[in-house]
Order: sequence, then C-alpha cells, then structure tokens
Amino acid sequence: MSLNPQELEELTAKIGRRPTQTELHIVAAEWSEHCSYKSSKKHLKTLPMSGPLVISEKGYDSGVLDVGDGYVVTAHIESHNHPSAVEPYGGAATGVGGVIRDILSAGTRPIAILDGLRFGDIKKDPQARWLFKNAVAGIADYGNCLGIPTIGGEVEFDRCYTNYALVDVAAIGFGKKEHLIKNHADKGDLVVLLGGSTGRDGIGGSQFASDSLESEDRSAVQIPDPFIEKLIIEAVLEARNHKLIKAMKDLGGGGLSCAISETADTLSIGIEMDVDKVHTRESGLSPDEIMVSESQERMLIITDNEKLKQLQEICNKFRIACSVIGHVTTDNLMHVKKNVETFACLPTQVVANATLLDRPSKKPAYLDSIETEKELKPINDYTKILETLLASPNIASKIWVYGQYDHEVGIRTVVKPGRDASVLRLDNGKFLSVKIDGNPKHCYINPREGAIGCFEEACRNVVCTGARPIGMLDHLQFGNPENPEIFWTFLESLQGLADFAKYFAIPCVGGKVSLYNETPSGPIKPTPLIGVIGLIDNKPQTSKRITKGDVLLIVGETKDEMGGSEFYEYIHDFIGGKCPKVDFNESKMNMKSILELIENELPKNVHDCSKGGLAVAISEMCILDDIGCEVDLSKIPGQKLNPDKVLFSESHSRYLVVVGESDIESTKSLLNNHGVKYGVIGRFGDENIQFIMNSQKIIDLRVDTTQKVWANSLGETILHG
Amino acid sequence: MKVGVVVFPGSNCDRDMYHVLTDVFHFDAQYFWHEKGIPENIDAVILPGGFSYGDRLRAGVIAAHSPVIKDVKKLASRGVPILGVCNGFQILVEAQLLPGVLLKNTSLNFMCKWTNLTVENNRTPFTNQFKIGQKIPIPIANGEGRYYVDELTLEKLKENNQIVFRYDDDVNGSSYNIAGVCNKECNVVGMMPHPERAVESEINPIDNKPSSLIFESLLSKIGVEN
Repeated sequence: MSLNPQELEELTAKIGRRPTQTELHIVAAEWSEHCSYKSSKKHLKTLPMSGPLVISEKGYDSGVLDVGDGYVVTAHIESHNHPSAVEPYGGAATGVGGVIRDILSAGTRPIAILDGLRFGDIKKDPQARWLFKNAVAGIADYGNCLGIPTIGGEVEFDRCYTNYALVDVAAIGFGKKEHLIKNHADKGDLVVLLGGSTGRDGIGGSQFASDSLESEDRSAVQIPDPFIEKLIIEAVLEARNHKLIKAMKDLGGGGLSCAISETADTLSIGIEMDVDKVHTRESGLSPDEIMVSESQERMLIITDNEKLKQLQEICNKFRIACSVIGHVTTDNLMHVKKNVETFACLPTQVVANATLLDRPSKKPAYLDSIETEKELKPINDYTKILETLLASPNIASKIWVYGQYDHEVGIRTVVKPGRDASVLRLDNGKFLSVKIDGNPKHCYINPREGAIGCFEEACRNVVCTGARPIGMLDHLQFGNPENPEIFWTFLESLQGLADFAKYFAIPCVGGKVSLYNETPSGPIKPTPLIGVIGLIDNKPQTSKRITKGDVLLIVGETKDEMGGSEFYEYIHDFIGGKCPKVDFNESKMNMKSILELIENELPKNVHDCSKGGLAVAISEMCILDDIGCEVDLSKIPGQKLNPDKVLFSESHSRYLVVVGESDIESTKSLLNNHGVKYGVIGRFGDENIQFIMNSQKIIDLRVDTTQKVWANSLGETILHG
Repeated sequence: MKVGVVVFPGSNCDRDMYHVLTDVFHFDAQYFWHEKGIPENIDAVILPGGFSYGDRLRAGVIAAHSPVIKDVKKLASRGVPILGVCNGFQILVEAQLLPGVLLKNTSLNFMCKWTNLTVENNRTPFTNQFKIGQKIPIPIANGEGRYYVDELTLEKLKENNQIVFRYDDDVNGSSYNIAGVCNKECNVVGMMPHPERAVESEINPIDNKPSSLIFESLLSKIGVEN
C-alpha cells in the first residue's frame, strides 16, 4: 500500500522535496487506480457526456438530467467488488451507502436503488452461495433501513466469478433544480465533516481495490451503519432546504485524502485542516490513518461562519456529529496539521491528478478461435431443454432476491421488479424508467459487440415501458489493466459503447471503472454493466392481463447468433461461437416502432427478448399471466434456422408484443409503415406453452407446473444447492 | 381535521403517509418530530413505518421510549384515533398500547409482497366504512412482522373483538394470521401492511378502493371541516 518507485520519484520531483510519511499515504490513496482512473481516464473521453437534458456543474459525483418543470433526476453507479468478495454482507451494504451519498451530494433525495450481482456457479460452489446470500442480505438491510426502494437489477452466475463477487449498485435521485448544490467556496469558509466517526475500518480500501484479490484483507472492508446514513440524508436535505451548504462531497474511496484534495482541486481553493478536530471512533489514530480511513457514512461540507450555527442545530436534532475540521484558503494547498504541527502540505493539483497512463493493448490470443462453432449433441426433447433453462439460476425468477428488498417504499414504483425495466412516477406527472444490464458471456466472445448488446438490451427494456432513453450509466469491470490483452478488451468495449451512444444520442451521465477484478485463478470475463434511464412524458406501458385469443407478435429478426447463449453455455457447457451483434439501423427502427405502438395504446404487453432466447421470453409471458400460448416457429422473421437456433438464439433488437384480436390490423399497419421485420407468431389460450415447427409440436409445457419451477428454483438452489 | 404524523429518527414512510393524507384525502396533516409535544386538540395521530433507531435491540423498542409516546398515550386514553403502520405498529406494541409482540418472519427474511386481508372488525375509526369480511389487497414490507400472542390472549382478543385484519394466507407465521389489532376501546389500531402504498391506482396493480376505505373511515369519524 504505497507508491511504486517511479511514482515516488515523480512526486518528489513535483513537490521539490522528499514527501513525509503522511503525504505518502495521502498520495498513495489518491493515485490508486480506484481513485485516479489513471489507466482509463484518457480513453473515457470518447464517451459523449453532454446532451440537451444534461446539467453539468463542477464537482458532481453523480450525473444530473433535467426532466422538466423545474425538476432534475440524478444518477450514479458504483461497485464494491473486492470488499464483497471478502465480506459480502458489509461489502455490499457499504456499496449501497456509497452510491447513495453520491446522489445526496448533488443536493437530491435518493429515490431508487438497482443492483447487479455476479457470482460463481451457485449450483456447485457453496462459497458462491454464501457470497450471494450475504450480499443480498447486505443490500436488503441497508436499502430497506434507508427507506429507498430497490426497484430492479440483475443476477448472474458464471464460473469466471469463482471465489469472487461483482456487486454493482446504481442509484437514482430526484429533486428541484433550484436545490442543486452549486459547488463553490470562498476564503475563510469552514470545512465540516458530518456523520459517522472515523475509525480503523476500511484503511487502504482504495489500494486494496486496485490490486488482484489474493489475500483476504478484512480490515480494508468498511462497516455499514444504515441508521446513521438515514439520519445524514435527512439532515443534509434539511440543510440544503435552508441553503446552508456551499459545497459538498461524500467520503468514499481514499477517505479524507480524496475528499479534501478533490474538492480543493475542483473548486481551485486550498484547504487547511487539523486531524485532531476529526471525530474518531477510537483514540490513538495516527494522522495517516485518519487521512486514509474509509469509514462510512461521512460527508464533507463547506459552509460559512454565518451558517454554521444553523447547520449544527440540524445535526443536533438528528444527533449526528458535525466537526469543523478546517477552513478554505487561497493557496491551492492541502495542508494537514495535527494541532500546530504540519504532517502534509501538498499542492492539490498534484494530489488530485495522478499522471495518466497509456497502457499498451493487444488483441487476446483466445479471440482468434473463439468464434469457431462445435458439433453439439443433438437435442431430441426440446420440452425438457426449455424446462431446464427456465429452472437455471440465470433465467429462473429472481423473486427470492427482490422479495427481500422493499421495492414499494417512497410510493413511486409503478412498474415493480420482475418485469422488464422498473418505472417510477415523478412529481411533475412524468415517469422514469430504469434498467441495468450486463452480459459477460457475450462480452467474452466479442468485447465490442457484447458491450453494445448490453447497452441495447437496457434500452430495449426501457423502451418496453414506453420510455425514450435519455441517459446512460456505464460500469466497466475488467481484470488487471497492466495485462495488454485485458486492456484491449477494455478499449474495445468502451469503443462499442461510445459508438452506440453517439448513434443514438444517449449521453453518458455517470460511470465507473473497476479494474484488477482477478483472483489467483484468473481474471473475470469482461463485464461492462450498462444502466439506461428513460423518460415517459404521458403514460407508461403497464402490462394488462393477457387473455384467451390475444395475439403474439415478434418485432425484429432472429439470427444465427448462438455464441455466449445460455443454450450453449448452460445446456452444452460450450463457450464459443458467434455472439449476437446489434444492427444500429434495425435497432433504431424497432425502438421507434415499439414506442409508437405504445403511444397509440395498441399493445397489452411488451416484453424484451434476451437471455435464453424467444422460447424463454414467451414462457415468461405465459408464466406471469398464467395462460398458455401456441407459437408457430415458421412465422419467425429471419433466415431459416434449425429449432435450436430459432428457440434459443439471443439476437438483439427483438420485442414480443401482445395485442388484442381487435387491434391486430392497426398494429400490423403501423409496423408495415415503419418497414420493420415482424411476424404474427402465436395466439394465447389454454394451459400449455406450445411451439410448432413444420406442423410438428416440438415443445409442450404445462404453464402451472412450469410456473412453480421457474418461481422457486433459485430459492431452492440457495437452500439446498 | 388535524392529523399528526409522528417522525422518529429512522422513520421512512412518514413522507408517503403525509402525501396520502394531504394530497389524496385532503386532511390537514402535520409532522411531529419525536421530541416535540403533540397538541391536545389533535384529531388523530399516525405512527408511520420505517426503521426507528435502525431497529436496534428490537423493532420499535427504543422509539417506544421517545418523549412523544407520553403524549400518544394521553391521547389514546382520551379516545383519539391512533394508527400505527408497520414500524408504527411495532412501536405501539412495545409501548404497550396494543397487545402481543412482533417477531421475525418465519422465512427469517425481510418480505416485500402483496397480500390479501380480510376485515374482522369494522368498529374502529379506521375500518368503519368496511363490511365485515371485506377483502383488501395491500403490500407488506417487513422483517419482524410475525404477530404473536399466546393462546389465552388470542382467545381474549377474539372475545373483545380486537382482531381488525387477518391475512388470507399464512404469509409470515403470525398467530391466527393476524395482520392488525386494536385496543379494547377500538381507538388504537396497529397493522403490519401499508395502506399508504395501496390507495392510489397508479401504484396499486390490483384495486385501490378497499384500502382507501381505511382513510375514508377516519374522514367519516373525525369529519372533514377544519
């Protein structure tokens, strides 16, 4: 946990003297990959960050979108992978806490949480089950206590996460534009540390997260306290209402070192602080420990002398500590003292801006042969295969997870978890639709197309609720960037995301890069996770109950794109083949026509077609509405494919649309006008899910029994393996 | 009429309850911080859900010792309608304004789901617009929501008509599937499910009318004029 020799030399040259012990700790935290983004920052500029609705101000830790009528939505995404892999309960809980404070620091109230969780094979690996169970409990206990609904997310299991965990948390905030904190500070302003006390937990957390996970360094994991976080939220929002906050930043990775240096650097000020003024959990903490502790539930606030008293009164009301630890200067220095003795005095520009790196990249050797197909065992019973897929951990219902999250508190949740995207109502009569998606199986086979696919899938989900995408969050998770092959996959994924974002004019409003996601057994598969935020001006598409005689259509082509599919990996245990590719033009046309169908109130139900292919997507619709369906596979648009491919290909840009008999003609004519590929493929009724190929019934599955298997299998796997 | 919404440190359904009282049913609602006194002329008091004091020790037990509880007890003894929802119910039980205890759900997990209730007592200020046996689709969200009383107390509750709501199914192991109870005088009611999450059609996927009757009952009890 220190600087490497080159960095030490660089620091010495920049400040013209040998750094002190405390300075070394501060700079090591701030120059860690986790805080400085030194490997990725140069490249992240390729993502479009501005757009008509984006409000950018200096110092925001979250993205801000103008949703009209004087209201804004804020959004951010974070992960807590290393800590969660060691101590899943605390790691996941503090992951929620951190991203919530990012939302709070813009001056907005957090209104929703989404979580993306990834673990090893829970069927075979008890360690993966333990990690999963406890990460879910950590998120539940933290989010539920805060009274912020966890409205959605995704869960995936893959052997590449063995002995590891990816815990990603996205948060959404909402508030009045006039309440946004306009970060600024003047000479003599006071620097206040508010909230939890500083202790020895989480010391060196950011460096811990910037290295491969080899030792289980539990002291680097922070301890969660949602009750204090809840009090901080209310106290900060009350202080915001009284305009007592001039600037604000949450304390996350790198603790005070990071918060002080970045705030000072962003606002072009200096800060002089005294570690003796910091309220601590235990006595005898050294200045170094105080500066790099990552104890949770702390906020840094800049206020002035006049407002301090009122701020202290609010903190007293909520019984939270509030210490004046320093003041604003004009010398652009970060000056850390203990009483009168100086322990660190560094130019903030030097601390907050690590030298950015140009890491070498090289196409990984495995990619040369990965797309080669393999002769697979022929399937003779498709009914059984579909049943197996519906019970598989990646596809089965995640009700065991979201049933433990309060997803109703706040009374905004219009479309609840378990469907496509979740929808929240806003105070101006509009609706917000949010979804996060990742697909490491596709991304491993083709990092660029895989990443684009995640982005498109999140867009599709949001579109299914009638929303147009207005912003994107990206979370790029890869292995060790010092390995050129891994760095290449990072660059490819990023380029794909930038291309898609530009084509669709969806700005990236927030993001995070998490590297060094490795264990001694190797790196994770490339795992970009994409969050898409959509806005609905009038009315969201809510699912109406499907009844007998309703007609099923599919919009979009089904292609021979089986690589990375659940069918290849879960059924055949084969990693390879060509993964799905998004055709930008087709994608745009399909989105447009679906949104228009919804505007015209034609569909009863719209569902995205993704993991497990259309056989799974159609089954999910039947299961949720407790009705059978007869599907004619010969009507599926696209080239003629064998049943494996028609049923289980995970081609993008596809939507399943249910319309009542009387609306079928208007639906067809609208789709014809747009010139999109579609097919009328089935009719609902009776008690069985049936797929017909060349007048032969190849799948015949009872809805009621399948429903039970699909709903309960994840919970049972956790209990019994 | 004036309805007080008590806010404890860690309450998190206070704003939802306030919204429903004011924007949906047009009550004159007011927040009361737990250290602040409640005026004697208040017409009803609601203790909302949340995690008062982070549910430390046991849900509701610390809040039951908050200064405001003295006032709540005084108002209760004068017959003022008092409703505790979720954590509010747990607090009323811990303050001994209502019988029984709330234990961890049998699943040992936090549970957030829609349930179906049956109204068993329509003589409380929160149920007077219901028919006995009427159904209410309503969500629960709790970790310690299993209502427990011993056999003897259960018999007494039945005798005194103190069981207000029962779940149609065994959702969490509650004694006699009890979801809500009242005191002998029927003016203090506690319930685990969240009526404030079920009264608007936009967020209620089933039917918002039955749960609305809880607030309409209060309206009819205390009147609408200010």
